[in-house]
Amino acid sequence: MSKSICFYFQVHQPYKLRTYRFFDVGKRHHYYDEYQNRTIMRRCADHCYLPMNEILMEQIKKYGDKVKFAFYFSGIAIELMQQYAPDALDSFKELVKTGNVEVLAGTYGHSLASLQNLDVFKKQVAEHKKLMKETFGVTPKTLVNTELIYSNEIGNDVSEMGFNLMLTEGAKHVLGWKSPNYMYANSINPKLRLLLRNTSLSDDLTLRFANDSITTESFVEKLNTIEDEVVNIYADYETFGEKFNAETGIFDFVKHLPEAILNNTDFEYAKPIETLDNLQTVSIFDAPIPLSRNGEERDLSAWMGNDLQDDALQTLYSYANKVKRSKDEEVTRDWNALLDADNFNCLCTKYSGSSPYDYYVNFMNILTDFNERVSKKD
Amino acid sequence: MKVLMFGWEFPPHITGGLGTACFGMTKGLAKNGVDVLFVVPKAHGDEDETNVRLLNASDVTVNIDNEKDRSYWDRVQYMEIGSNIIPYVGPERFERLVEEQRATSHFQSPVFMPRYEFSGKYGANLMEEVSRYALIGSSLALEHKDEFDVIHAHDWLTYSAGIAAKETTGKPLVVHMHATEFDRSGENINTLVYSIERRGMEAADIVITVSDLTRKIVVEKYGINPDKVITVHNAVEPNDKKRSEYETCGLKNKVVTFLGRITYQKGPEYFVEAAHKILQYDPTIHFVMAGTGDLLPKMIRRVAQLKMGANFHFTGFLKGNDVDQMFAMSDVFVMPSISEPFGIVPLEAMRLDVPCVISKQSGVSEVVENALKVDFWDINGLADAIYGLCHYPKLSEMFKREGKIEVDNLKWEFASKKIKAVYEKAIEITK
Repeated sequence: MSKSICFYFQVHQPYKLRTYRFFDVGKRHHYYDEYQNRTIMRRCADHCYLPMNEILMEQIKKYGDKVKFAFYFSGIAIELMQQYAPDALDSFKELVKTGNVEVLAGTYGHSLASLQNLDVFKKQVAEHKKLMKETFGVTPKTLVNTELIYSNEIGNDVSEMGFNLMLTEGAKHVLGWKSPNYMYANSINPKLRLLLRNTSLSDDLTLRFANDSITTESFVEKLNTIEDEVVNIYADYETFGEKFNAETGIFDFVKHLPEAILNNTDFEYAKPIETLDNLQTVSIFDAPIPLSRNGEERDLSAWMGNDLQDDALQTLYSYANKVKRSKDEEVTRDWNALLDADNFNCLCTKYSGSSPYDYYVNFMNILTDFNERVSKKD
Repeated sequence: MKVLMFGWEFPPHITGGLGTACFGMTKGLAKNGVDVLFVVPKAHGDEDETNVRLLNASDVTVNIDNEKDRSYWDRVQYMEIGSNIIPYVGPERFERLVEEQRATSHFQSPVFMPRYEFSGKYGANLMEEVSRYALIGSSLALEHKDEFDVIHAHDWLTYSAGIAAKETTGKPLVVHMHATEFDRSGENINTLVYSIERRGMEAADIVITVSDLTRKIVVEKYGINPDKVITVHNAVEPNDKKRSEYETCGLKNKVVTFLGRITYQKGPEYFVEAAHKILQYDPTIHFVMAGTGDLLPKMIRRVAQLKMGANFHFTGFLKGNDVDQMFAMSDVFVMPSISEPFGIVPLEAMRLDVPCVISKQSGVSEVVENALKVDFWDINGLADAIYGLCHYPKLSEMFKREGKIEVDNLKWEFASKKIKAVYEKAIEITK
């Protein structure tokens, strides 16, 4: 029997927040650094989205049904592209139109809602689904939660939203001796089936590409050591051309990958959704404590756990009901921007060189203003 | 009458209250018919020069081989002990440098360079700048010998310059204690700074302290003869703009403000803890901590830990118009200082109709009647006072009205009159 390989790309950029002072609270409701947003989105489009889409398009033309990909576009990334890089958005649409690309479901605002508030989580997924339908004309069937965050409960929630398939991290501390390269099931509701990110091969691309001089040969060699059923490679799309620029040879790597895989391995490209028919679950995947794809620990410490993060999260989500009652478009847009997990990552004290304190002060000022607005509407 | 004044900073380039005080004082002196020759390191060129003639110490070239400077030279040798806290030059190397220079008259250390650019900021090479400033002080005083009657030096940074000027010209010296080393560092004082302060006060004909609190420290901890220590309380300049002319606060709720350096001395912790207590009774009040300092990260962490970030805001360092703008947005001002020689900020708040809570451990509490006074460590008392000013309009109305009248009478014009009297006394003594 042939084995499957699935490629998932995450397309997301956060709204960069401007310096928002106490003096602005209650007066000026504009929170974004437009210059940075434009610059970063333009750079991503020119260095990554456009050239990568072109490469994938060529491969689809050359190999037809033999190459397939999956994409998660955050709602925020779509908004930013609409504003600053419509050309990139068009090229994504072209790509989806070929039918070789599966559009994945997820949260609209790249949010941590699944951990905080089920109501908000459901709304995030529903809004995202609607946006995908509007933008690409397709209804996503496979869900990837923000940063592959997952627990048994979250899986159960996702299943109740009507999804049968979800991708999460092949975290070693959960798997133990088991292999990530099979299909698993949720422990509460086994109807929800799980695919797991292959950490080693994914990180070869996203973390180690330039340093360990990864080549198509070495990648395929490693792939050939896998005797199991399905390999899931999940990467930030910006890895290609933005994180590792063209000089690292990453575009050449991507260009020659299908040829190497199709000719030298018995793996076949698959869309995640196709595995539902082809594979059987081998076991349950039991994650009582939430996990993610982040860090060596694969835990949530990048976004929550310290005082700054917890206060900010608690404050933000305490506005959920007010936001729900508000039908204001601006409020919804700002709400999504504030929900973005990246905001809480900026409050993480694990990294050196950034100032989580400054970010906290600024972010809380914005939240105060935001609360004033939604309270007024209440 | 003319006075040669040694300062360290002058508006608009200020790092603390000293610059503001000097500015008000010189204006007040001018009104009392006293001319001021103000020496600051590194004048930037955009200082307000209507009332003072600014001499830029960086513009003065010193000829080290000059005999008169040589007389000061031996005093620099004494300073050499102090200079070993210069981070760029270790103690041994500095000593060697000085020895070499003394032997060869060939000067290389930046302190002894003929034209040394003062940075004019409180910095790592402060001691070096202090020494250099003193060296220049003496030559400057000599050059303008016939232009002034008395020398006035502000805070320890300029005391060496004051002493040198006195020695070279024989004019009387007044030193002004805006803060003591005990205020800045608690009991763990920098003995070098302490000895400079003490030497300055001993050499001075009269010592001015900014409060009786400071006077007590000067007498008790520095052993200065109480007869020559005179308290002249600071004052504040009336505001050009009324509260109503500033932007109003975007929040409809009460705003309680702390404004100052966020350091141990200012008691920011007590403000944070009091805010936490108050929020349990009235969750609508907002708190603002304006300023920066080494305790800022700790305060932010504590605010987050107490889960009150949505009601507690930080603005970072504010200056000029932003300070008054902040007051105009405030309903209560709090100064919970652990030790404050004077503390001019509540006066600035009062002149914009902000009722104040001040600690009993501040010099300003000696002159202000219309404010609530609590012990800095009494968090419950602090919380009570703030809550009261937010909730009992009669009380705050009274403080606003009476406080404004009170502060309008605490003018530099009047304080400077007392300073002028001090000058006259100093001249009298030395005759």
